[in-house]
Amino acid sequence: MRDDPEAPRKKLTRRRFLSTAGSSAAAAALIGRAAAAGATEHGSAAAVVDAPTLEGAVPVTLRINGKEKRLFVDPRTTLLDCVRETVALTGTKKGCDHGQCGACTVHVNGRRVNSCLTLALMHDGEEITTIEGLGTPEALHPMQAAFVAHDGYQCGYCTSGQIMSAVALLKEPCGSDDAAVKELMSGNICRCGAYPNIVAAIQQVRGKA
Amino acid sequence: MHTFEFIRPRDSAAAVGLAAQAKTAQQGADVRFVAGGTTLLDLMKLNVETPARLVDINRLPLSTVEAAPDGGLKIGATVRNSDLAHHSRVEKDYAVLSQAILAGASPQLRNMATTAGNLLQRTRCAYFRDTAMPCNKRAPGTGCPAITGSNRTLAILGTSESCIATNPSDMNVAMVALEATVHVQGAKGPRAIPVGEFYVLPGSTPQRETVLEPGDLITHVTLPPPVAGSKQVYLKLRDRASYEFALASAAVILTVSGGKVTRARVALGGVGTRPWRSPEAESALVGQTADAASFRKAAEAALRGARPQSENAYKIELSKRCLAHALQTASTS
Repeated sequence: MRDDPEAPRKKLTRRRFLSTAGSSAAAAALIGRAAAAGATEHGSAAAVVDAPTLEGAVPVTLRINGKEKRLFVDPRTTLLDCVRETVALTGTKKGCDHGQCGACTVHVNGRRVNSCLTLALMHDGEEITTIEGLGTPEALHPMQAAFVAHDGYQCGYCTSGQIMSAVALLKEPCGSDDAAVKELMSGNICRCGAYPNIVAAIQQVRGKA
Repeated sequence: MHTFEFIRPRDSAAAVGLAAQAKTAQQGADVRFVAGGTTLLDLMKLNVETPARLVDINRLPLSTVEAAPDGGLKIGATVRNSDLAHHSRVEKDYAVLSQAILAGASPQLRNMATTAGNLLQRTRCAYFRDTAMPCNKRAPGTGCPAITGSNRTLAILGTSESCIATNPSDMNVAMVALEATVHVQGAKGPRAIPVGEFYVLPGSTPQRETVLEPGDLITHVTLPPPVAGSKQVYLKLRDRASYEFALASAAVILTVSGGKVTRARVALGGVGTRPWRSPEAESALVGQTADAASFRKAAEAALRGARPQSENAYKIELSKRCLAHALQTASTS
C-alpha cells in the first residue's frame, strides 16, 4: 500500500485506523509522545507539535524515495525508526534491531545498509530508498513481481528487506550461480525458510534462471 | 540508549580536539568517533557503550584508496569494507585482504563498516554484551563468567584469568599478515603504529584493547609493497556457510622457490584475544620443503601456546588444520 500522508483517506484500513488512533493518543499525551518517540515530521499533517517543544530534537533533511523530508529527530533515532515512526513508512521492518536479520534493509545513496545500525543524523542530505520507493501495487518493481511469481515469502515479515537486498545485489559484483546469490543474500534471514524461492526469484530477474 | 550530543566536526583537527577531552579512548569512552556505526550502535543499544558525545567522521576527507609512493597502498579510515574488498589494487596485490573482508559480516554491514571501524571492532563475547552479567572488560573487577560458562567460540591464545574474549574481525587477521601500519592523528601530532603493536593482550586490564589514547583518530592504514611471487590465502571455518564469526581462520602469504619456502607471513583469526600473528609458524616454515609435513609442523608451532577452556579444546586441532590447509592451498595456487 501507499503510505502517503497527503493521500485522501477514502478507505479505512487496519493500518490507517491504528495510525489515526495513535495520533489521537499522542495529541492527548503530547509531552509523553515527544519524549518517547523523540521525533516528528516538521510541517506535515501528522506533526502535532512544533519542533522546539521536542526536547533535544535536532533538524535533519533526508531525501526519502525522491521526496525531501525536513525532520526534527532525537539524536538517538536510528534511520529505521526515522523511516517507520517519523515518516510513517512502515514497509521497512524491525526484526532484531542489531544488524543480524536484514529486515530493516534500505538503500542509502543506492547502496544497501541495515537501517537499524545507523543514525538518521548521519544521513543528512542523503538519498534513502525504502520498499515504498521501488514500485506500486499497480506497477511492481520486477523484483517484487518475481517474488510474487516465485512465492518468495510465507509470513512476509522479512520480505521488504529481502527485496531491497535483492535489488541492490543486481548492481554488485556477483557470480552467476545460485551459490553466489546465496552468499550475497546471507545478511537477510527468513524464519519461514523461503530461501529456495527467493533465490529463484532473484535469478529470474538476473536472467540466470 | 543513553542520549548524547551529535557533532559533525569541520576537519580532522576539530575531531581530534573533541576526542582529546575524553577520559579514555577504551571501553566506556565518553567521546566516541562514529563512522559505519555497526559495532558502536549495537553496543550503545545494549548500554554497553554510553558516550556523552558522538563525533561523526563520515564527512572528513578520509575515504580514498591511493597508491603509496613506495609502491604500497594508502587506505583511508572511512573507506567502506565493500569498496576496499573490490578495489582493483586490493584484488590484484592484496588478495588475502579482499578474501578476508568478503568472508566477514554481510553485504549490508560491509557497505557500512569502515577500515578504521573494523580495526576497532571490539574484542567481545556474549557476557560483555549483557549488562546483567559480570565482565572484567565492561566492568573491571567483576569477574569473567565465560571461563566457567559458555566459551565454545572463545579464545585459546592470548587469554588471561580476566578475559578470554576473541577478536572477531577477519579483516584484521589479513592486516596483521600484511604487516599494515595504522596511522593516527593525535592530540600531540601524527604517529604510525605497526598493526602488530596496535592491539594489546587483555592481561589484568581487558578494558584496554589497543594502544589508542584520548584524541587519537585513525586517519589511514598503509600496506607495504606487495611481495613479488608470493601467494596469499584467507581460509575461514565457521558454524554456518556465511555471515558467521570464525571458529578458526588463517591468513597466509607464502613465497616458494625451488620447492622451498623462502618467506612466510602467518596470522590466525577466531582463536586469539587479538588478531594473532604467528612468528613461530613463520620461522618453522622458512627454509623447509613446501609440503604437507612442513605445513603441519608450522601449525603445531603456531598452537603450541594454546590454552583451551572447558568447551573449546576442539579449536586447537581445528586451527591447526585450518592453517595447514591454507598453506597447502597457497603453495599449490
